[in-house]
Amino acid sequence: MGIYSCIGKNLEEVKGSLYQGKSGLGIDPMRYEYGYRSPLTGILERPELKSLLDRRMRTGLSEEGEYAFMATKEAVENAKLTMDYFDTNEVGIFYGNDSSAKAVIEAHNIAAEKKDTMMMGSGAIFQSMNSTVTMNLSVIYKLKGINMTISAACASGSHSLGLGYLFIKNGWQDMVICGGAQETNLYSMGSFDALSAFSVNIEDPTKASRPFDANRDGLVPSGGAATLIIEEYEHAVKRGAPIIAEIVGYGFSSNGGHISQPNNQGSFIAMQRALDDAGLKPADVDYINAHATSTPLGDSYEAQAIFELFGACNTPVSSTKSMTGHECWMAGASEIIYSVLMMQHSFIAPNINFETPDEHSAKINIITKTKEQKIDCFLSNSFGFGGTNSALIVKKL
Amino acid sequence: MSREEIVKITNEFLIEEIEIDAALLNNDAHLKNDLGIDSLDFVDIVVIVERKFGFKIKAEEMAGVTTLGAFYDYIESKVNSTEGEPK
Repeated sequence: MGIYSCIGKNLEEVKGSLYQGKSGLGIDPMRYEYGYRSPLTGILERPELKSLLDRRMRTGLSEEGEYAFMATKEAVENAKLTMDYFDTNEVGIFYGNDSSAKAVIEAHNIAAEKKDTMMMGSGAIFQSMNSTVTMNLSVIYKLKGINMTISAACASGSHSLGLGYLFIKNGWQDMVICGGAQETNLYSMGSFDALSAFSVNIEDPTKASRPFDANRDGLVPSGGAATLIIEEYEHAVKRGAPIIAEIVGYGFSSNGGHISQPNNQGSFIAMQRALDDAGLKPADVDYINAHATSTPLGDSYEAQAIFELFGACNTPVSSTKSMTGHECWMAGASEIIYSVLMMQHSFIAPNINFETPDEHSAKINIITKTKEQKIDCFLSNSFGFGGTNSALIVKKL
Repeated sequence: MSREEIVKITNEFLIEEIEIDAALLNNDAHLKNDLGIDSLDFVDIVVIVERKFGFKIKAEEMAGVTTLGAFYDYIESKVNSTEGEPK
């Protein structure tokens, strides 16, 4: 695993933030000038890549591609993989990404000024496509297996892992690099802000993302990248890989409804399917990492779905988006990493800012303070625009 | 603009922006075989030349330009002609 996020630039830093309930959210003053309704965002630095990659490899990397490289670099090192391994074996990549706005807008601005597309330079095309992350990482790591980007809105990262899991389960690949990446630049979230979906609680940005709380007023956009290397079990054992956990269930569904408004049935079906796929009962799940983004409607429906399926077990629930904000295309992958870190270190990270329950969140077991607890199995939800739903179940090995 | 200035500016951007090893830069260096400049690098060089020298490279004019010395010659001919407006 590897991560680059607003709560830490590597697994160790992220684990510390999760345990401490530390928020990575703040204000980007440029957003006022641009015309955003909300200036709130996850705050993270662009990595310095000059010493890590040559010019040709850097030229095609967009902002989210840079984050994805950093996360993948950490994951590759932790998985004890080398360039020689990639050179001589077939490794695939499924990575979640659903925009690359900055590259598109900057290229347009150049054309508007110069009236000559050649002035965009060689990197613009490779940075501006949705598949920018997979097209760059597959070149950097010389990948020879399945190679594609999953664009499924805020469930992109989760579906990338689900599809990687299916490819391995079906024997089509031995190893797949999965993950999700999300840009955070000024251009990336303006059109989302236009829907008044973002919190405007700017007095204390660390309190703005408050999933399930009765006083939540919207999400806080955020970003970075998260990479997980998944591998067929026997293959991993044979090469002496440090095995962290096992993906045992993937469930998906589509709401067949509104483009932006969720419902409880779609998420219920995804969770039920993940349980069925894993051959598990609700009582077997020790922790649920909720999708809950801090929007009034979305959190309410998810609380209802969780109560319907897990209410009898009173399963502990938290939304790490209370600390990270909504990492959108990345979230489904990063939240698996957050949950695995909790599993490895036997704690449940808090759903910070949950102070006042509402009608539905009062019925589920939301963890508000860091709790020492053994986790053998967890479920992670991700939902997105268009009604796409994904649920993954991961077990300790 | 003098030949010396053209060489200086060109070498600077080849080293700093295209990240070519300074030790490889000489008049006889082959742009592709010695300096490793490929078709994508060429697109970036077009952008940089426009910024540094104020003219747009035309691919057809570069057809016979294969060495760094010939590239200096080409830039010199453009910036010192009426087409080029050095910045």
